[in-house]
Amino acid sequence: MTFEIENLVFHNLNPVSLHLPESFCIGLFGSSGAGKTLFLRALADLDPHGGSVSLDEKPANDYKPHDWRKKVGLLPSESQWWFDTVGEHFHDCDGDALGRLGFDNDVMRWQVSRLSSGEKQRLGLLRLLANLPAVLLLDEPTANLDPRFVGEVEAILDRYKKQRPASLIWVSHDRGQLERVADRIFEIRDQHLLEVNRG
Amino acid sequence: MASEIIALSPLDLALAAILLVLLAALTILLHLGLWKQIIVAGLRTTAQLFLIGFVLKWIFARSDFIFITALALVMLLAAGREAALRQKRRFVGIWGFSFGAVAMFLSSFTITFLALVFVIHNEPWYLPQYAIPILGMMLGNTMNGVAIGLDRLTTIAWQGRAVIEGRLMLGQTWSQAIGDIRKDSIRSALIPIINAMSIAGLVSLPGMMTGQILAGNPPLEAVKYQILIMFMIASGTGFGSLAAVYFASRRLFDERHRLRLDRLRK
Repeated sequence: MTFEIENLVFHNLNPVSLHLPESFCIGLFGSSGAGKTLFLRALADLDPHGGSVSLDEKPANDYKPHDWRKKVGLLPSESQWWFDTVGEHFHDCDGDALGRLGFDNDVMRWQVSRLSSGEKQRLGLLRLLANLPAVLLLDEPTANLDPRFVGEVEAILDRYKKQRPASLIWVSHDRGQLERVADRIFEIRDQHLLEVNRG
Repeated sequence: MASEIIALSPLDLALAAILLVLLAALTILLHLGLWKQIIVAGLRTTAQLFLIGFVLKWIFARSDFIFITALALVMLLAAGREAALRQKRRFVGIWGFSFGAVAMFLSSFTITFLALVFVIHNEPWYLPQYAIPILGMMLGNTMNGVAIGLDRLTTIAWQGRAVIEGRLMLGQTWSQAIGDIRKDSIRSALIPIINAMSIAGLVSLPGMMTGQILAGNPPLEAVKYQILIMFMIASGTGFGSLAAVYFASRRLFDERHRLRLDRLRK
């Protein structure tokens, strides 16, 4: 399933067009306030925007809003939890990934109020992947993680990208990480989306 | 028996007013910043009640359907406006007023009409001695429920933006994403009337029943009326709050199920 962005108008940026094939990852960086998060929100159709976004040659408006967001999954930089226990937020979970991110099945009984920010971020990723989205919009997915889990998250996402197969847009401040995970790298600068040469 | 009611003189009212002035004076001493509100509300009560007294005298004498309808609409508009003003974050534009007013119209007017036609059987059914006070009690109570429900819905949605959008991001519909908040708002709207029914007769004698007893009616007749009114008020408040909270929660989202807090006042 290809992900096509045509003349997307959001925030203060000039219209953005971008084509993502299957099993492809685009890395994105830019200074704070440049509009990285607003870009991902527009793609998930959480904010009103101009232009069109389509998946599998079908524009977003032809999907029901909640179907679109299931297929185009946004992982916010700070994940949200509204029930008391972790398990109530999961309908399904990949046990292997759970283990690689340092949990066992017991985690489902944990109280949400006692999770650390790193645990929330890892569990937030697992919860999103359980929806099997075709497009992953990742907003700083490893920002709160210990170094040992950064590599695991990168590996899990790489495997997901190839197996699903999925298209990824990965926002990070860490240029080195983007060099590792992304096929193309862009920067939001001076109200433009500019491709940068890989180092 | 009704002739035995003791008429109040202006002096009697003035004595009660002194209590209010004392309360206002005490709030000045305590720097509570409430004295203006207390005095203005007291003056409003006096002026509005005397005004409605004259209007009712006039309308009761004529029993004209057009005038009764006009008065009922004025009551509805006033209730809609008050319900809107009670909200910290109301919807911008006409919406802030409409959700409450439409919900109150649907529930209070329908229930009052049903009660007048099928229970009370006056000729004509809109006999103002019954229709106006009953509609007034319905609107007053429904307004409380609607105002609490809407205020709670918009306030929690405002604070809970991240959670609501987090749920949308995971593919939930607008209705699932706001569901818990909606449930909570309706519960809050209904607590006062459920309390009122639970303590009626034990702690408080409801106002209408007290009035009938003071007017010399047999207590058991007054009780039956009060039960009727309680049930009507409770269902009116319930249906009205449900309708207002459902309409309003839909308006918090647009056609693409995006949370639109820009539709609320900052």
